[in-house]
Amino acid sequence: MPINHPNLHLTQLAGAIPAWSGKIKPDDLQPICRNVHDGGGRLVALWGSDDREQGNGYALHIALVNEAGLICLSVPLPAGQPAYPDISSIFPVANRMQRAAYDLLGIYAHEGRDHRKWLRHGAWHGGSFPLRKDFDPAPSRTDDADSYPFVQVEGQGVHEIAVGPVHAGTIEPGHFRFSVVGEKMLRLEERFGYTHKGIEKRFESMSLQQGEKLAGRVSGDSTVAYAWAYAMAAESIAAVTPPDRALWLRALFLERERIANHLGDLGYLGNDVALSFGFTQFWILKEQVLRNNGALFGHRYLMDSIIPGGVAADLAEPGKRTLFEECSLLEREVRVLRGIYEEHAGVQDRFIGAGRIEPRLAAQLGLCGLAGRASSQAWDTRVQFPCAPYDQLDVQMATYRNGDVAARVIVRFDELFESLRLQREILARLMPGGQLSLPLEKLPALGFGAGMVEGWRGEVLVAIHTDKDGNLARVHPHDPSWQNWPALEHAIMGNIVPDFPLINKSFNLSYSGQDL
Amino acid sequence: MYQLIKQIIKTGIKTDAAPLPDETLRVTAQRLHEEILHVFGSALNIRHVDAGSCNGCELEIHALSNAYYNIEGLGIKFVASPRHADMLLVTGPVSRHMVTALRRTFDATPEPRLVVAIGECACNGGIFCTNDGSPDGGGESYASCGRVANVIPVDVVVGGCPPTPTAILQGILTAVSAQK
Repeated sequence: MPINHPNLHLTQLAGAIPAWSGKIKPDDLQPICRNVHDGGGRLVALWGSDDREQGNGYALHIALVNEAGLICLSVPLPAGQPAYPDISSIFPVANRMQRAAYDLLGIYAHEGRDHRKWLRHGAWHGGSFPLRKDFDPAPSRTDDADSYPFVQVEGQGVHEIAVGPVHAGTIEPGHFRFSVVGEKMLRLEERFGYTHKGIEKRFESMSLQQGEKLAGRVSGDSTVAYAWAYAMAAESIAAVTPPDRALWLRALFLERERIANHLGDLGYLGNDVALSFGFTQFWILKEQVLRNNGALFGHRYLMDSIIPGGVAADLAEPGKRTLFEECSLLEREVRVLRGIYEEHAGVQDRFIGAGRIEPRLAAQLGLCGLAGRASSQAWDTRVQFPCAPYDQLDVQMATYRNGDVAARVIVRFDELFESLRLQREILARLMPGGQLSLPLEKLPALGFGAGMVEGWRGEVLVAIHTDKDGNLARVHPHDPSWQNWPALEHAIMGNIVPDFPLINKSFNLSYSGQDL
Repeated sequence: MYQLIKQIIKTGIKTDAAPLPDETLRVTAQRLHEEILHVFGSALNIRHVDAGSCNGCELEIHALSNAYYNIEGLGIKFVASPRHADMLLVTGPVSRHMVTALRRTFDATPEPRLVVAIGECACNGGIFCTNDGSPDGGGESYASCGRVANVIPVDVVVGGCPPTPTAILQGILTAVSAQK
């Protein structure tokens, strides 16, 4: 069993990754979380559901991960007073997720230290909750301006800089409140929720197939990761395994997504330290990857290439040759560019030491994904819980311990080369012919499944609950940005204001993925 | 430095030819006079506003700046403030939380100003909104106002999920060229 606790009875879920689910009482929540935390585990996601139609109240759901796998726990809560014990004192990252769960569903953590709203601004009343099944949008609407009590920093010469939601570049909307003394940043407070467009509610009126398309648009830069995680969750509920060819193609798509995003970020990181040469060069390479995607798979970002039960795009033999050539080109060019970045004194001067997160702090904050790996947090779903075909690929995890911008750049370079190696390996093993998908029209009733995929940014989780007719009752997509945004507030401390764009870019977190 | 210069020379020029304007993309009568077009014709400043997109359209707007599309070579530049802009490029179904910011950005853009709605969601609310059944869509939800035209006047729409950089460029060029 992945966790030992007398009141915990876990059932193993079918599917691609080792995962368990179980029900616990509110009183057992903190001891079990403490147990997982002390054993080196982390909180991946937290969400709630309205189960009143099944004759219950509400439920809190958490997804934990430890060395054994993914553990999804449900805590039934009474409809009259849907409260649960706060877990943000054990996992600090739970803070925003708990607040979001209140904004959307009205379930709350008692003893929680921070009860400010998170995803809600002024679009609906504080007393109405969109994810409740009886939510009525018209009377809940308000046009109130958002007022949010930011933490004030006082002292001689301290002033605030307010940035956003509309930023100076082509960036998603969010608000950053800096407290500064001269050029030095003392504190950053983030305010998000601007792109909240009701994704979770939207899932509930969709079929399994429509939901796949929506999952692929939670965060456009991670469309493959989300689509795969969603399909994995559905396949777990239905206990079906897609054909081999589909799994190999999914891994190919996921690595191509990683390659494209890492190329783009490496270009922008050069640009942000005034080496526009880096942007020009890396974006030529990225454009070539995107054009190959468009020509071979019909979409530059591979949207809608994954469907429940398999894939919707195939690769023929001539296409393989194109991709082998692409691999050679990228390996050659990126090696030259890496050399140029590493020898460029101006670039290294800006990268090294900027936006540092020490490994100890990273562990405390539950930092994940590539930013986590740059601060010694050695978690990579492809390595720890390799689903097919990663179980045959022996993925090499890139980790580094400096935790600064330079470390996040190095991890990107390493992962880029590793993804190119994986792409070669996948292409070599992808035999012609074979089925692309199995029919998966509808899910069994009252099922639960979870899928977790290592996207380029970090672990993407999608959880699906079905109702008594097998329809989507609740879908929760979770972005690794929930984990890493709070860490950015720490990373910038003591740095100067002009380094913020660089530090922010080195994380490159999603707004849409966390605003939902 | 030697490596860097060698790489630049080796890379050469990658820029593709720009697409022609497409009259079918125009949705409102052009409000611009010949002389203003003359001014815009030689240089255009764009302010991008993400009003709630999934970041897919942003990826393609970024790609417009790469060497293949070379948007600056056409005299088109992305600027940091709406006060410097001739055109707003708006993406996303407009989330209710972005309405104020979008309106303020629009108000801060000096007249005459153009608005190009980029992507399926900006055109009709896209996958995030339940369609309200009206002939041209524009669906809304508790969290979203749907298409951009529900919030600010739009001159040209460019569909696609996301539209390719060429389609975006075509939309921009359509907005600035006079309707014959």
